[in-house]
Amino acid sequence: MSEIREVIINTDRLRTDEYLVNMGPQHPSTHGVLRMLVRLEGEKVLNIQPHVGYIHSGIEKMCEALTYPQIIHLTDRMDYLSAHMNNEAVALCVENALQVEVPDRVKYIRTIMDELSRLASHQLWWCVLGMDMGALTTFFYGLRDREMILDIFEETCGARLTVNYNTPGGLMFDIHPNFQKRVKDFIKYFRTKLPEYDQLLSGNVIFRERTGGIGHLSLSDAIDYGVTGPSGRASGFSCDVRKHQPYSAYPLVKFNEIIDLRCDTLARYEVRIKEMYESLSILEQLIDNIPEGEYAVKMRGVLKLPEGEFYQRVETARGEFGVFIISDGKKNPYRLKFRSPGFSNLFALNSMVKGHKIADLVAIMSTLDLVIPDIDR
Amino acid sequence: MAFNFYDFTNFTHNIHVGLNESFSPFAATTIEWLIVGTSYLLFVALFGLLLVYAERKVCAAFQQRLGPMRVGPWGLLQTIADFIKLLMKELIMPRKADKFLYNIAPFIVIIASFLAISVIPFAPGLQSLDFDIGVFYLTAVSSVGVIGILLAGWSSNNKYSLIGAMRSGAQILSYELSVSLSLLTMVVFAGSMQFSTIVEGQRDAWFIFSGHIPAIIAFIVFVVAGTAETNRGPFDLAEAESELTAGFHTEYSGIKFAFFFLAEYINLFIISGVATTVFLGGWMPLHFGNFESFNHVMDFIPPVVWFFMKVFGVIFIIMWFKWTFPRLRVDQILTLEWKYLLPINLANILLMALVVLTKFHF
Amino acid sequence: MKSFIEYIISIFKGLWTLLIGMKVTGKYFFTPWKNVTQQYPENRNKLVMFERFRGEVIMTHNAGNEHKCTGCGICEINCPNGSIEIISKSALTQEGKKKRIIDQHIYHLGMCTFCNLCVKACPTGAIVMGQNFEHAVWDRTQLIRVLNKPGSKISEGVKE
Repeated sequence: MSEIREVIINTDRLRTDEYLVNMGPQHPSTHGVLRMLVRLEGEKVLNIQPHVGYIHSGIEKMCEALTYPQIIHLTDRMDYLSAHMNNEAVALCVENALQVEVPDRVKYIRTIMDELSRLASHQLWWCVLGMDMGALTTFFYGLRDREMILDIFEETCGARLTVNYNTPGGLMFDIHPNFQKRVKDFIKYFRTKLPEYDQLLSGNVIFRERTGGIGHLSLSDAIDYGVTGPSGRASGFSCDVRKHQPYSAYPLVKFNEIIDLRCDTLARYEVRIKEMYESLSILEQLIDNIPEGEYAVKMRGVLKLPEGEFYQRVETARGEFGVFIISDGKKNPYRLKFRSPGFSNLFALNSMVKGHKIADLVAIMSTLDLVIPDIDR
Repeated sequence: MAFNFYDFTNFTHNIHVGLNESFSPFAATTIEWLIVGTSYLLFVALFGLLLVYAERKVCAAFQQRLGPMRVGPWGLLQTIADFIKLLMKELIMPRKADKFLYNIAPFIVIIASFLAISVIPFAPGLQSLDFDIGVFYLTAVSSVGVIGILLAGWSSNNKYSLIGAMRSGAQILSYELSVSLSLLTMVVFAGSMQFSTIVEGQRDAWFIFSGHIPAIIAFIVFVVAGTAETNRGPFDLAEAESELTAGFHTEYSGIKFAFFFLAEYINLFIISGVATTVFLGGWMPLHFGNFESFNHVMDFIPPVVWFFMKVFGVIFIIMWFKWTFPRLRVDQILTLEWKYLLPINLANILLMALVVLTKFHF
Repeated sequence: MKSFIEYIISIFKGLWTLLIGMKVTGKYFFTPWKNVTQQYPENRNKLVMFERFRGEVIMTHNAGNEHKCTGCGICEINCPNGSIEIISKSALTQEGKKKRIIDQHIYHLGMCTFCNLCVKACPTGAIVMGQNFEHAVWDRTQLIRVLNKPGSKISEGVKE
């Protein structure tokens, strides 16, 4: 053991009213490996400095050595809760670059899978939020309902989380014959369970006291930081890519963009719950009308994108996800960049938390719905 | 010595007489103390184990799953396995911790629980201490536990444990007030502080029925304040503070941590025991005034069984609170006490006094 | 006076929401036959996975120990991280021509990401995804599998 030497400190320069606390990479409430340096004064939070990079895997660099169908399987490990939407972003980017038109059946199925992913992601968000706040039963209720969606994914795509169902040009295989029936059963079942979510958590006076008026993110701040997704829409920022630049089957469905002007934690919560209702209605519009046709367009064995820069954005459960491909004509991209929603949402946390207490910090971080591999890639 | 399951007074009297015949009075008293102490220790240990298992099973039932199933049939031996594991753990003490206070803190908490459990009447004749100021003694003694918690936080030499202990201390002190005032309401109704008199007075009807509105309000306030007293349920900010620390018992491991853990469940039992004694009739079966045949049927079940049924009912309600509600923030806990529960309590005492004076009760 | 009435009303409203929350959990407590969990290792006999579930890559062999792998190496090219190694060798056919046959189809289960690209790319349908998911081993070398069984050969009529 090394000897411990006494160091004489000049106490004039010691700041004794504030102290720095490290919410380390391993922590039950940070939803992944995120390190935050929190400067506290008593119970009040003065400043937060997030340190990211603990799960950085070099995905963007790895993609420079892979072909385009192989890149798709890697994207569903970044934001693993909206895996299907990440896959679709890359597939759409490649298809637009190659000017390939996919059949309608593919568009419908992609949108149905998108909405199912969004529902599964919001269910997981809800159950983890309850658990962070202390209501431990909500964890199990959310997971119980999410199991039905994961069973649907497993039957059709073969995997529950990292689905890898999209390829450039369409889908890997056709949907299972049980798919439509299962989705219809799920819609019916989940519509009876969503009011229970309200009764258990949203209506609860304790929950409303803990989240009402906490974590204010003004509209100008949301636009400056680039906070998209439900967190941005709860501040009044109309940023839904499905409405502004629709893709796949979104031009064909009617749904509302949920915007809330209250800008606080409770607004972010309610926007997501209402989005779940909207997803259910989109599913109802699409599930009975899947047109017949091919499940994929025949593409060449080795795909080479033309030279140039291509960008595609989709709306994942967290916000706007973008894929930027610079291609120089070869079968691997020259550079691939992902615009991840979590990265922008995380760095707006600092302005939201100033002046609140430690317990509020956990509540605010839960409603931002961060997935750390999405931030670190 | 006949063993009458319905009334233990003869049993205890016979033991007392038998001991006094065989030994000198001093030795007889000492042996009686030893018998009572050991039986309480055994009861506390067994009941603690049972409550931990029951909490895990009840929690699982709320969450639509099964709970412990593998250790023993239906998981019955799970708590014993946990206990053996805790016994085998290394006792780590932080280097600059205050040794004496650090070691004594868990014992103070357990001693406070023991002192409180000794006045609860389990059955006619099964009550070890029967003061005429029983309720007063109980509220006084349950405040001793706070000292243990504050000592644990202070002596750990860890600023996060200190914060947790301070919060917990503030919470328990505030809710002591609500507990005492709601008990006082029922003392006003019963007319005496002695526990056996309170239980005898519920022979015709339980206080929660005969005292109608003020008694029901007092019961609700007592149950809410009781869960806050024991750092349970939606008020568990001190120990489930997984946001930043693990509360005042961060630095404890092994058997000392087991003491804190056990003390929490024994406190739960005490709160439920007091609630059943004062509000739900203690060991009295459910009687309705003049319905002789109904009363006779209800008398068939022994009072000990009635007592434990009621205690388990109240424990179930307290567990229901924990697994349904999110946690309150510390300033919300204190707001709840000082701005809501205390005024309700004071108004309730007035109401109960009016009810007693005008004899507007059953 | 008005704030006092609001205070009383807020108490009752708060209590009512708490009771509704308790009703939801209570409903699940009192119907334990609707439990959704399964006791995993004890129910292995009754466990049926979906047919498309991606558990591991296996090579199908028919009753005569014949498979359909020609050793073309397309799966090896398509695998994103090199979990497949094809070792092929030459053999003489009946007409005396040299033909490539599979010697060892090495599959690194420890590196596989179960992305299904190899199965999709295989021109003869030799490899499929199996449903076994219990891959835990004590020794890492057991994760390197050779997919074609010893003594097996390619079945007749499989086109290149």
